[in-house]
Amino acid sequence: MDFATILQILDSTIRLATPLLLACLAGLFSERAGIFDIGLEGKMLASAFFSAAIAYMSGNVWIGLLAGIAASMVLSGIHGLASITFRGNQLISGVAINFLASGITVLIAQDWFQQGGRTPSLTGDSRFNPWEWPLAGVFESVPVAGPIYAELVSGHTALVYVAILAVPLSWWLLFRTRFGLRLRAVGENPGAVDTAGISVVRLRFAAVAICGLLCGLAGAYLATGLAAGFVKEMSAGRGFIALAALIFAKWRPWYALYACLLFGFLEAIGNRYQSIELVGVTLPVQLMQALPYILTVVILAGFVGKAIPPRAGGDPYVKER
Amino acid sequence: MDTLPKWVDVLLIPLINLIIAFFISGLIILAIGESPIEAVRTMITGALGSTYGWGYTLYYTTNFIFTGLAVAVAFHARLFNIGGEGQATLGGLGVALVCLSLPWPHWTLALPAAILGGALFGAAWALIPGYLQAKRGSHIVITTIMFNFIGAALLNYMLVNQLKPAGQMEPATGNFPVGTHLPTLQDFFSLFGTTLFRGAPVNVSFFVALLACVLVWWLIWRTRLGYAIRAFGQSEPAAIYAGINPVKITVIAMLISGALAGCMAVNNVMGEAERLVLNAVEGAGFIGIAVALMGRSHPFGVFLAALLFGFLYQGGAELALWTNIPRELIVVIQALVILFTGALDNMVRMPLERIFLAMRRGRAQTQSQTQAAE
Repeated sequence: MDFATILQILDSTIRLATPLLLACLAGLFSERAGIFDIGLEGKMLASAFFSAAIAYMSGNVWIGLLAGIAASMVLSGIHGLASITFRGNQLISGVAINFLASGITVLIAQDWFQQGGRTPSLTGDSRFNPWEWPLAGVFESVPVAGPIYAELVSGHTALVYVAILAVPLSWWLLFRTRFGLRLRAVGENPGAVDTAGISVVRLRFAAVAICGLLCGLAGAYLATGLAAGFVKEMSAGRGFIALAALIFAKWRPWYALYACLLFGFLEAIGNRYQSIELVGVTLPVQLMQALPYILTVVILAGFVGKAIPPRAGGDPYVKER
Repeated sequence: MDTLPKWVDVLLIPLINLIIAFFISGLIILAIGESPIEAVRTMITGALGSTYGWGYTLYYTTNFIFTGLAVAVAFHARLFNIGGEGQATLGGLGVALVCLSLPWPHWTLALPAAILGGALFGAAWALIPGYLQAKRGSHIVITTIMFNFIGAALLNYMLVNQLKPAGQMEPATGNFPVGTHLPTLQDFFSLFGTTLFRGAPVNVSFFVALLACVLVWWLIWRTRLGYAIRAFGQSEPAAIYAGINPVKITVIAMLISGALAGCMAVNNVMGEAERLVLNAVEGAGFIGIAVALMGRSHPFGVFLAALLFGFLYQGGAELALWTNIPRELIVVIQALVILFTGALDNMVRMPLERIFLAMRRGRAQTQSQTQAAE
């Protein structure tokens, strides 16, 4: 493997890690507030479709992005209604949201565009184009550092930088603000938060809304950044890999970045090679595909550093009457 | 406190939930410019209007009975087994290995062996999540989701690298030998010159599914193990106090659940495709969740709900054939059914509880008034 190949793999690692990272942070906010969310996948998919469809119609990717976020937040609203207001089972609600998104995107896509459940491909301003950083061309000739700057740092779409910036921002919001302290408290002991005179319901809805926003960004990136248009089921299990990354990161923002980069790297390797030779053993590509899930089960099993979820996660809060 | 009579819980609430789900589906059909009434008519004629339609409806029903029972048994132990998809996938592998390993002389011998193979592989795929939940407290929902993906990757590997016959492009096993071909209902019921269920895939495993319903009912309500599972599901501390081993019950409930999901392969892999292909389960594992929720985890309820979803699946295929409504409409209906019967159940339940409480109070009042008058 030469330097250029490594650089290419790392470059696609960053691109593939971006939707995972955004969805993972989305799950982080929701689950830290005590709302399990296995509907990340569905929210991404809904956002992917609506961002691509509206971007195509308006010719402006930013309007598409807003539409994607709106669609994702509507589904978040349903999840909130079911799991906060009506105290239903959060897991079942998540399952329903995944199916709803999977069905309705194809249904509407067929009705609007008649192309077998896809949007027309996006060109020009209707998709996110890479940002060339200043002087990327000039430094190109500098050995090692030049190509790294040109390939890895520069030349990604806006949402990649948004995703990376979202990590310190999430950390600051969750661990350095009053809102974050309350949000984490509501996921550990909602009763205590309620006793302090703070609304559990409002806090949890806020968390679910942030989750919708971030999933919206993730989905929009899939359809208008990574690809050029929506195709049926294009989220392809990424919402579940993000969920795995969240557990792998033990519900912490910086670790989420590392976990998503790792899983993105595995996907990049899997896309490039059909099988890998490692110390004389041939690893089939399917193993690379399954590795994020296997690693997550190992982490969950607690053999390598136990992952402990927020204590009140999954329980609807019933105020004393 | 039980504020609702039993019939409201088992009949009225699911019915109202279903009506809401269907009503919204109707609005969606209107929104894409089609007629809901026409759609319902197409679905009924297509799914129930002929023995051919019934043949497909019952074929899907068979799949959903197995996966529905799988989810229901786990529900009784308050475990949410979302891994029916993966367990049925692995069940397919078990059935395929059984069918391909021996030159079976007749289906009556191959069927029990295949059931065993499917159940064993399905149970094995549920064993690790069950054990990790019981011993290490790893959340069973997350582990079973992960095992769905791991199972898909494993099957992909097995088909591409191991089971695919040489020279074949498609990742699938070769055709199963003739001795493993299960008789269809067409073979059973077309003895006297008339042909019923012509060309439909419904086969003898439909009766296996019905038998599984009875066995699950017997297990849950008539055996010591079933009692332990229900007691554990109702209250874990009480069950432990009564001397029930929580690790054992969790693992056993998951094994039974996985075995039932694995048995589905007898229908779709052995009965219909007669070979193992990628993604043979086609989401039936997830429909099991909707079926178990609607059927209130009772085998008879599961049967009725599976029949409903079998109808929706066959009807949906007919819709895609005759109208401009894509097949994905069924996925939407399925999502709405899960949403309203599962997650938004309290939206219907809470007002009903208030009404029944008020009625009971009113009755108590008039009673005490008449007593006072006497």
